[in-house]
Amino acid sequence: MANLTQLIYLVATGAFILSLKWMSDPKTARNGVFAGVGAMALAVGGTLLYPEIVAYRWIAIACVAGAIVGVPLSWVPLTAVPQRTALSHAFGGLAAGLVGTAKYYTWLGEGALTTFRMGAISAEVLLGFLTCTGSLMAAGKLQEVIPTRPLTYRNQNVINLSLLGLALVIAVRLVFRPEMSVLFPFVIVLSLLFGVLLVLPIGGADMPTVISLLNAYAGLSAVAMGFVMENKLLITAGALDGSSGLVLSIIMCKAMNRSFTNVLFGAFGQVQTAGRAIEHRTAKTATAEDAAQLLENAHSVVIIPGYGMAVAQAQHRVRDLRDELTRRGVDVKFAIHPVAGRMPGHMNVLLAEAEIPYESLIEMDDINPDMPQVDVALVIGANDVVNPAARRDPKSPIYGMPIIDADKAKTVLAIKRSMNPGFAGIENDLYFAENTLMLFGDAKAVVGQVVKELAGEQGHHESTVDSRRSSVTP
Amino acid sequence: MQLDFISGLFVFMLATFIGIEVIRRVSRLLHTPLMSLTNAISAIAIVGAIIVTGEQRTTLSTVLGAVAVFASTTNIVSGFLITDRMLKMFKKREPGK
Repeated sequence: MANLTQLIYLVATGAFILSLKWMSDPKTARNGVFAGVGAMALAVGGTLLYPEIVAYRWIAIACVAGAIVGVPLSWVPLTAVPQRTALSHAFGGLAAGLVGTAKYYTWLGEGALTTFRMGAISAEVLLGFLTCTGSLMAAGKLQEVIPTRPLTYRNQNVINLSLLGLALVIAVRLVFRPEMSVLFPFVIVLSLLFGVLLVLPIGGADMPTVISLLNAYAGLSAVAMGFVMENKLLITAGALDGSSGLVLSIIMCKAMNRSFTNVLFGAFGQVQTAGRAIEHRTAKTATAEDAAQLLENAHSVVIIPGYGMAVAQAQHRVRDLRDELTRRGVDVKFAIHPVAGRMPGHMNVLLAEAEIPYESLIEMDDINPDMPQVDVALVIGANDVVNPAARRDPKSPIYGMPIIDADKAKTVLAIKRSMNPGFAGIENDLYFAENTLMLFGDAKAVVGQVVKELAGEQGHHESTVDSRRSSVTP
Repeated sequence: MQLDFISGLFVFMLATFIGIEVIRRVSRLLHTPLMSLTNAISAIAIVGAIIVTGEQRTTLSTVLGAVAVFASTTNIVSGFLITDRMLKMFKKREPGK
């Protein structure tokens, strides 16, 4: 029986690897989900064959309850996917932490706590609980229940690291003296607290990295559980998840030209706002009508979406705009910056939801060489990812970050709610450039107006978004 | 089924390398669905949770285990469903358009 379970686990591991492999291409990706479901079913089935399992009632009740909660959680709007993802990292961490705790007290009662077991339990509990609260904080920030700006206080890095250090010291003490059970709750509390304090100072724009990192932690806590339960399947599946989180974090960090330490301890966005003289420069504004004219006379248009598009839920209007322009023979492409949005790949999912074919979604590195030939770059709710200061101002906090070269297009149209600097508090020269026209207003409303202008060409003139009309073409 | 520490580390290292190589090839288009998929996969923690719950050693371990089974099932169900929902949206250009 035990060997049968192990064989089932072996097949499940293979299926998990295939599942991730099939994600490499949108054509095979759905097979990846089926492989994953199959692997999980095998894993659960194989586990239920365990001779140690004497009662199934609570397992069944918990499974049913989990399914009842899980199904509605999969219906969230796609703009809320980052929150949902963070929430599920929290659940993953919680599960690991609880199993570790259960094992500790069970083995403590049986006097079966070996050094190896205690070490694994410590790692599992630390990682599990810090992932749990850290992810809850991230979810809160993404849902904007908690302020998205970095919340900082004096000596926060010293305090955070001492907390972690203390937790580690206690854990190590426990490894050598597992029977000192009075210490165990401290490990739990300190990890929970550290998770909160780790994520609080991290700002909303860094969420793609944080989410990826928490993804890796959730995987690693499953690995630690594998060492506790002496279970190879837990180790392999956890390692796959951990490496996925790691790869994504590295991609996100590279896309921002920042290091892990900088993201975790840098509290991005609070330093540079202070002491910066506000220059009174004026940006040129345009009306929806002007924009419509510019766009329909262009040969090629590149749309650069950012988090603002997600906030305004503008993706369907953007799709209407694309359809109108495509009908007129304009070549429309989308330029996707790796960190646009609040989680890796966020923009792609939103645009796919609006039924924009994925061949039109072009990665930053592929589209940049073509930017000087582009007639109109339409920036919708993106800011830092098109800020030319990243290329030319060594004093700028985002200097060195790869950007989409929107400024190189012949004309730039930027839709923005107001002239306030973006999340990072960095002023964007793009808006003041010679070839830039600003369209102020909510992204959804503005794009809607432009579409209306395009559709009802010769007819009525809708009230435009902004009355402050000025010179249109340079 | 015994697992010594070193074999565990071997398994861990090899799986990590496979994971990194496989994930690196995932299209950037699909990074969000990838993350929900790996969410569901990391809910493999359900294996440990089921054992802890089913063993019924102590009341405490059964209760904690059941909560862990609940949390993991939530992740499995919502993770796979939302991944599939997102992937269905990724369409190629229709030939007529």
